[in-house]
Amino acid sequence: MPLLSVRNLQTRFATDRGIVRAVNGVSFDLEEGEVLGLVGESGSGKSVTALSIMRLVPEPPGKVTADSLTLEGTDLLRLSEADAREIRGSRMAMIFQDPMRSLNPVLTIGRQLTEVLRRHQKLSGTAARRRAIELLETVGIPMAEKRLAAYPHQFSGGMRQRVMIAIALSCNPRLLIADEATTALDVTIQAQIIDLVKRLQRERGTSVIWISHDLGVVAGLCDRVNVMYAGNVVETAPIRELFHRPSHGYTLGLMGSTPRVDGSGTARLTPIEGMPPNLIDPIPLCPFLPRCRVSVPACQARPPERREFGVGHWASCLADLAK
Amino acid sequence: MAVVQPSSPATPYRITGSFVLAARQFPRHRAAMVGLVLLVLICLAAALAPWIAPYDPVQIKLSAKLKPPSFEHLLGTDHFGRDVFSRLIYGGRTSLSVGVLVVVFAFVLGVPLGLASGYFGGRIDNLLMRLVDAFLTFPPLLLAVALVGLLGPDIQNVMLALGLVQAPVLARIVRGSTLAVREDVYVTAARALGAGPARIVLSHILRNVMSPIVVQLTIVFSAAVVAEASLSFLGFGTQPPQPSWGRDMSEARRFLGDAPWMFMAPTGIIMLCVLSINFLGDGLRDALDPRAWRTRRQLSKGEG
Ligand SMILES: Nc1ncnc2c1ncn2[C@@H]1O[C@H](COP(=O)(O)OP(=O)(O)OP(=O)(O)O)[C@@H](O)[C@H]1O
Ligand SMILES: [Mg+2]
Repeated sequence: MPLLSVRNLQTRFATDRGIVRAVNGVSFDLEEGEVLGLVGESGSGKSVTALSIMRLVPEPPGKVTADSLTLEGTDLLRLSEADAREIRGSRMAMIFQDPMRSLNPVLTIGRQLTEVLRRHQKLSGTAARRRAIELLETVGIPMAEKRLAAYPHQFSGGMRQRVMIAIALSCNPRLLIADEATTALDVTIQAQIIDLVKRLQRERGTSVIWISHDLGVVAGLCDRVNVMYAGNVVETAPIRELFHRPSHGYTLGLMGSTPRVDGSGTARLTPIEGMPPNLIDPIPLCPFLPRCRVSVPACQARPPERREFGVGHWASCLADLAK
Repeated sequence: MAVVQPSSPATPYRITGSFVLAARQFPRHRAAMVGLVLLVLICLAAALAPWIAPYDPVQIKLSAKLKPPSFEHLLGTDHFGRDVFSRLIYGGRTSLSVGVLVVVFAFVLGVPLGLASGYFGGRIDNLLMRLVDAFLTFPPLLLAVALVGLLGPDIQNVMLALGLVQAPVLARIVRGSTLAVREDVYVTAARALGAGPARIVLSHILRNVMSPIVVQLTIVFSAAVVAEASLSFLGFGTQPPQPSWGRDMSEARRFLGDAPWMFMAPTGIIMLCVLSINFLGDGLRDALDPRAWRTRRQLSKGEG
């Protein structure tokens, strides 16, 4: 049984202009210990997918439905808010893009760490503090004991993200979702944080969903990638497969617009022209069609169906890119 | 996860609490300390009035009326020959308790309302804010008069009424700040870690909306002291000849030309209180916000 199973996840928001279909039928499985990348340009629904899994979509205006959404067999959508709270932070945790703003500025680091430990693991004050120190050491924060009394503004961005990771992993969640966790950091720090996540993931066997619009980062970290476009997963593949045989016009475009991290090949950015579709009107054909550079006549006639390209590799694309 | 082996089981790994740290920070704020000392002195004077006031504040002595300040009467006498200084000391009993209790009422009523409205939004917010709007359409003093009329004209009811009148304003301010803070990433992050609404509102939002609250409460205090005067002028609350700063001030206006000290004394003490509370509020606000904290080194270098 996969750790996380998502079937036909749909998240909509009621707005003044109409119903926004932010996530529109996402399905995937996440295995125990797997690191799954979620890539796609801005507005493709990556964050909303993550928030839906965490049961953090504000309802109203949001509405989350799915054929099934289970974590270790627990039906997440059927949980009461109180039960969801029990799971958040203990069995699944999430870290956010902006480490400058994801820690409360007026509470000490120690307080924010121990709060979670006391809530979920019912640790006493002393035990929680002891554990907090260990956690800070684990994520590579020197002089951890002293740092407990420090406030977030006394830390650099990279250090804060380490603290966030320490907090998120404090109760040993089986699932960690990182939403653009390194986007706000500079490249060196970014690499350190990724190494840290990799190490902790390996040590603990945590499953990770790593959200990014940087394919380079994903390539270095993930086992498998879901490519999202306009609220749907348009291609999924093991990481090497995706780079060797991108099978969706959008993936191809995304790769064209990502500088090669390994230094081989061209480093030129070719941005995808045009704008993503608005998510209010129904999209009958392939949502990427107006921007696609490899479309075939069939694309104008019918919506694309999923096609297999290899083991665990499929794409919703009618063009034959393998040739 | 490996079993934790405490290196030295006796070490309790204390984390100094935020409030302790804030309290340590507070004395470094010079203006706030001045404000605090002044307020303590004023309160002490009011509390110890029977022992330190040189005269009976209500004792009429027409032979000594409208005397300017002298060694005999430090702040002069009023139109009944009563000692202004003594009235000031006794008047503090009424005025300070009105100010403080109105602040407490306004806080207790307004802050939870504003927090609930701002955090939960939706229908609760609509209902509460319509209520607040309804309150705010009346002139505050008129509303207070009506409330005192309903509750009965004693001083406790005056305080309650003034607090009730101030609460909606405070609620509105707290709601606005809550709306902004609620969207902050750390609130979502806290929810992602399983924090419930009570925890989020009390330990994450309230602390971050303290500064507008403190600012508004200093305004409430001065408004309350002055409003008590207006209400007693209308026959509610303290009655003549009982001293009260606000009422003594409004009575003194008739003698502004002949006996300006009568006016200046209560006005001065009200201003002093408001100023002290403002300083105190500033210090409190800074003490509650770690980003505003200055280290000892910075202070000694005279930076910031
Ligand atoms: N509360 C909301 N109300 C209305 N629309 C929303 C809401 N939250 C998200 N959306 C819409 O959902 C869509 C997907 O947003 P989402 O934040 O998931 O994108 P993303 O892939 O994470 O993009 P980015 O890379 O910019 O983070 C967007 O069009 C956004 O406008
Ligand atoms: Mg996002």
